[in-house]
Amino acid sequence: MAEMKSVGKSIRKKDSMQLLLGKAVYVDDITPQDCLCVGVLRSPHAHALITEIDTSAALKLPGVACIFTYKDVPQKRFTMAGQTYPEPSPYDRLILDQRLRFVGDAVAIIAADNAKILEKAKKLIKVRYEVLPAVLDFRSAKDNAILVHPEDNWRSLCPVGADNSRNLCAAEVSGDGDVDAVLADCDIVFENTYHTKACSQAMMETFRTYTEIDTYGRLHVVASTQIVFHLRRILANALDIPKTKIHISKPRIGGGFGAKQTAVAEIYPALVTWKTGRPAKMIYTREESMIAGSPRHEMEIRVRLGAMQDGSIRALDVYTLSNTGAYGEHGPTTVGLSGHKSIPLYTGGLHAFRFAYDVVYTNVMSAGAYRGYGATQGIFAVESAVNELAEMLGMDPVAIREKNMVREGQIMPAYYNEVAGACALDRCMKQCAKLFDWEHKRPVRLLPDGKVRTAGVAMAMQGSGISGVDVGSATVKLNDDGFYTLSIGAADMGTGCDTILAQMMAECMDCDVDRITVFGADSDASPYDSGSYASSTTYVTGKAVERACEELKERIISLAAIMLSCDSTELEFLGDCVARLDKSASVSLADIAARSACGNDQALQTTVSHTSPISPPPFMVGMVEIELDRETGSVEILDYTAVVDCGTTVNPALATIQTEGGLVQGIGMTLTEDIHYDSRGRLSENSLMQYRIPTRLETGRLHVEFAPSYEQSGPFGAKSIGEIVINTPAPAIAHAVYRATGVWQRELPITPEKIWQSLQEKK
Amino acid sequence: MLQIERYIRAETPAQAYELCRKKSNVILGGMLWLKQQNRRVSTAVDLCGLGLDKIEETEDSIRIGAMVSLRDMETHPALNALCGSAIADSLCRIVGVQFRNLATVGGSVFGRFGFSDVLTVLMALDAQVVLYNGGTIPLTQFAAMKPERDVLLYILIPKTPVQAVYLSQRITATDFPVLNLAISRREGELRCVIGARPLRAVSFGDDKQLLGEHITEESARAYAEDIASRIILAGNRRAGEAYRRDLCRVLVRRGLLALEDK
Amino acid sequence: MEITLTLNGKKITASVDADTLLLHFLRAHGCPSVKCGCESTVCGLCTVLLNGKPVLSCAVLAARADGQSVTTLEGLQEEASDFIGFIADQGAEQCGFCNPGYVMNTIALLRENPDPTDEEICAYLAGNLCRCSGYEGQLRGIRAYLNAKKAGELHG
Repeated sequence: MAEMKSVGKSIRKKDSMQLLLGKAVYVDDITPQDCLCVGVLRSPHAHALITEIDTSAALKLPGVACIFTYKDVPQKRFTMAGQTYPEPSPYDRLILDQRLRFVGDAVAIIAADNAKILEKAKKLIKVRYEVLPAVLDFRSAKDNAILVHPEDNWRSLCPVGADNSRNLCAAEVSGDGDVDAVLADCDIVFENTYHTKACSQAMMETFRTYTEIDTYGRLHVVASTQIVFHLRRILANALDIPKTKIHISKPRIGGGFGAKQTAVAEIYPALVTWKTGRPAKMIYTREESMIAGSPRHEMEIRVRLGAMQDGSIRALDVYTLSNTGAYGEHGPTTVGLSGHKSIPLYTGGLHAFRFAYDVVYTNVMSAGAYRGYGATQGIFAVESAVNELAEMLGMDPVAIREKNMVREGQIMPAYYNEVAGACALDRCMKQCAKLFDWEHKRPVRLLPDGKVRTAGVAMAMQGSGISGVDVGSATVKLNDDGFYTLSIGAADMGTGCDTILAQMMAECMDCDVDRITVFGADSDASPYDSGSYASSTTYVTGKAVERACEELKERIISLAAIMLSCDSTELEFLGDCVARLDKSASVSLADIAARSACGNDQALQTTVSHTSPISPPPFMVGMVEIELDRETGSVEILDYTAVVDCGTTVNPALATIQTEGGLVQGIGMTLTEDIHYDSRGRLSENSLMQYRIPTRLETGRLHVEFAPSYEQSGPFGAKSIGEIVINTPAPAIAHAVYRATGVWQRELPITPEKIWQSLQEKK
Repeated sequence: MLQIERYIRAETPAQAYELCRKKSNVILGGMLWLKQQNRRVSTAVDLCGLGLDKIEETEDSIRIGAMVSLRDMETHPALNALCGSAIADSLCRIVGVQFRNLATVGGSVFGRFGFSDVLTVLMALDAQVVLYNGGTIPLTQFAAMKPERDVLLYILIPKTPVQAVYLSQRITATDFPVLNLAISRREGELRCVIGARPLRAVSFGDDKQLLGEHITEESARAYAEDIASRIILAGNRRAGEAYRRDLCRVLVRRGLLALEDK
Repeated sequence: MEITLTLNGKKITASVDADTLLLHFLRAHGCPSVKCGCESTVCGLCTVLLNGKPVLSCAVLAARADGQSVTTLEGLQEEASDFIGFIADQGAEQCGFCNPGYVMNTIALLRENPDPTDEEICAYLAGNLCRCSGYEGQLRGIRAYLNAKKAGELHG
């Protein structure tokens, strides 16, 4: 393949200087400060009915514009999940409901001149609750007498096994081969259960939205969202108004990680503006983001593993119980990844698998989408089980993986029978073991001060978009002077997709990246895109860019043919000009652009939509070295080394940062990010003071490299990278902790106290 | 949400004292804890105009004004030379530099928070507090007192040579301590202060004379065992009581051995 | 109440409530770089310089800044420009929301300690949370800047 000029280069993000200089680019920076300030009165009870609500005193307070209760909102249920229609997530929400389903659920919406008045008004609203018994333990939710959604108008649009009369948001069993028979023939069969909690994305910019009525009388929504187009549908459903009445714009987003794939904050100011005609803004406090956000699904995963004495893994039987909380956003879909993106890692030796799950409603905060989307939980369980097998057999965990891992060209029955078309997992393992020095770091080494050092390992996979569902589009246009505009509906949330897609366009159009301006994302102006989630943008939207560029080149050539009075077939596109194949004549791109704006009936613009029937998995290996204090249980990360196969690495610097960021989020989830609900369903970790995300003092040194493969269906051979990177820390660290202590930690986070406790019990 | 009706810069300690006697008024320290409270304050009294932001050496002590920031204490050469950087060790993990530039020693000590690192280390250094009305009293005594309405003006640390060690256990590097410990030896007298129990810090000596002139692995173990067996500890969200008790045993032993190495 | 302070070198007088936080005051006075991230004084996004020292503007009453000098990133664009390109080369700015606080505290660090070790950098910036980058790229960026400065590659 020819040397590429833009793809594969570490080009600065197009918005980097504006961001680093602190310019006004986010929702709250670019919208008026003197609009209505919107807030929500939240339920103090995990499960209750509002029997009486009196807003009269609050409404009398000067500066209060309006207060809405469940009596003022449309009675059609909808979902806040940003997914392609028909959404797998059930339609189980109202903007405000008489039934309150978790501590923090919305009781009333208040709009006031400022935050101070808003707080006063909240205190003046008189509410009487009929407090109901709540389902707080997800293990007893299924078929519980207490129903979270007893209502008649609850709806599930897709056949996901949902049944609100059983507190079921989804259920399914799938498999390949006769698992029980294969297990019966295995030398070793064991079963363990792993538990992960509802971690919070904790993006630095909380949920926020500004709304106004625009020139055309439509609702204009400026939102910090990953899902510009889905949001239009969600708001139309929620407000029960036509989609034509809604226009969504996305400025820069201060982080998303999936949190903003759910319309957490948008409905509140939208209702206020739609009802009052006045501009309104809702900025979630950090506390609201923590107690009424859209965190990871809590899961309990039972893994039954069957293997032979030589370490061949023959069967995996996985059952996941997932807690969707009070509402079903992303409930039916996240759970699938817990099996479908863990089991296929062992395609190499597997004779049979079974994967079953239940997703249950409970009276805690509704879960949502968080980087990894269920794969993270499933990989913690399956990778831990494989490490347990290796230690049981006294085998090197690297060797046991090399024996069983999926290899390029194999059909993956647990991954919808897709072929691992581009798979460098084997090379990831080799390269990582070498870079990390696995051989010397793996042994348990006792230090003079009594602490021990050792290492752990894990593999991971993810997808690249949702096969047959996700749509990515690109509109490419030639402008005066010969610069290009690339319009997308994908949402850059800091990851750099604007830049990466521009790099692809620059490669296609044989020009400098600076000659391309990127516009996105806006529901009126951008071409349709399902949104930035499911690791789809590079792979799906990227391919749309590549295809759009091919069409644009043809259009440019055909206009050049008119200018040069010849046939298109006699011409070739050379980046800054179009020339005859024999080089006898040419016309510059600037001249073509000028010509296109005068007496021209051929648009030098084209839009291409792309979708993919497959979702090629990226793969990776992570290895961690820890130092563990056996007296206090403290764990220090010394070194985390990861090697990733994301196909072609479009922008190595940005891919490296994605990986490092994901690793540190994974380290946080594994060691420090804990949540506790009390007996009344209140969440203790409601601030960043209590919910401890890693600082730069506990990340250790990170080393990231790439082991590229070439994915034929991807743009320039690329696959995804955004999500996979969070998946290895939990199993790798749990493994190292076992090696240092002799005890498996099967629940996250692994706190010093838990390690200490386990060592006490061992004594 | 914190609401404040009036803000006043006190012109004299007497004025601050008069104002703070009213229950709805409050004296501002670094405001870091105050701002997180959902509370209505009539008058917030700022001591920033009273010259209390200096660290000064007198003949027999180092006098730290109540408005001195934790960061200034952390980076003060004489203060840290005195205690072998135990003060810096105790402060450097409190959130971040920007936080410590605001947090005042007066606010930290006056609040007598259970989680305080400052209280633990200052108690071990035999600090005294100078109150406008209450006069000069030992910090250990002040720490055990019920909250009263007074103005803390200075902290005094005696200048006699002291060896000191500070240790803590935290879930993340800059989190509240799960348990903290400061041990000092001044003129042969040992003081062992344990904080974040999560109750307020408490001080122990060596009444049973478990430690000889030279601390050994055995004597350190015996002393640690003794303290751990009788200290009052509790559980909270960050750790349970049993874990804290074992941590206490470990940290005290390690602290004593580190002290011996100094 | 009325306050007068020097904001980014200019004297301004304004009327504030006793409980107006400096953070909100600054955002309302042309300094959108100052961000609110946590409301619990642990994230560092709202870092500004108060009389030259980095502080959390969410925990300072505007009233307390009366008579003082406050500097935000709006006032330090040139000083920031010395090194932010090195951060951009790493792609470590990512979503950007934590950047102003991080850049402000880095300026404070480099003024206080022009040649810090990696450990000193991490210790000084420990109060600046970032959820995107994993921190390593931010460190690489600062290190690259310091190396370039030492090698005399920087001009101006």
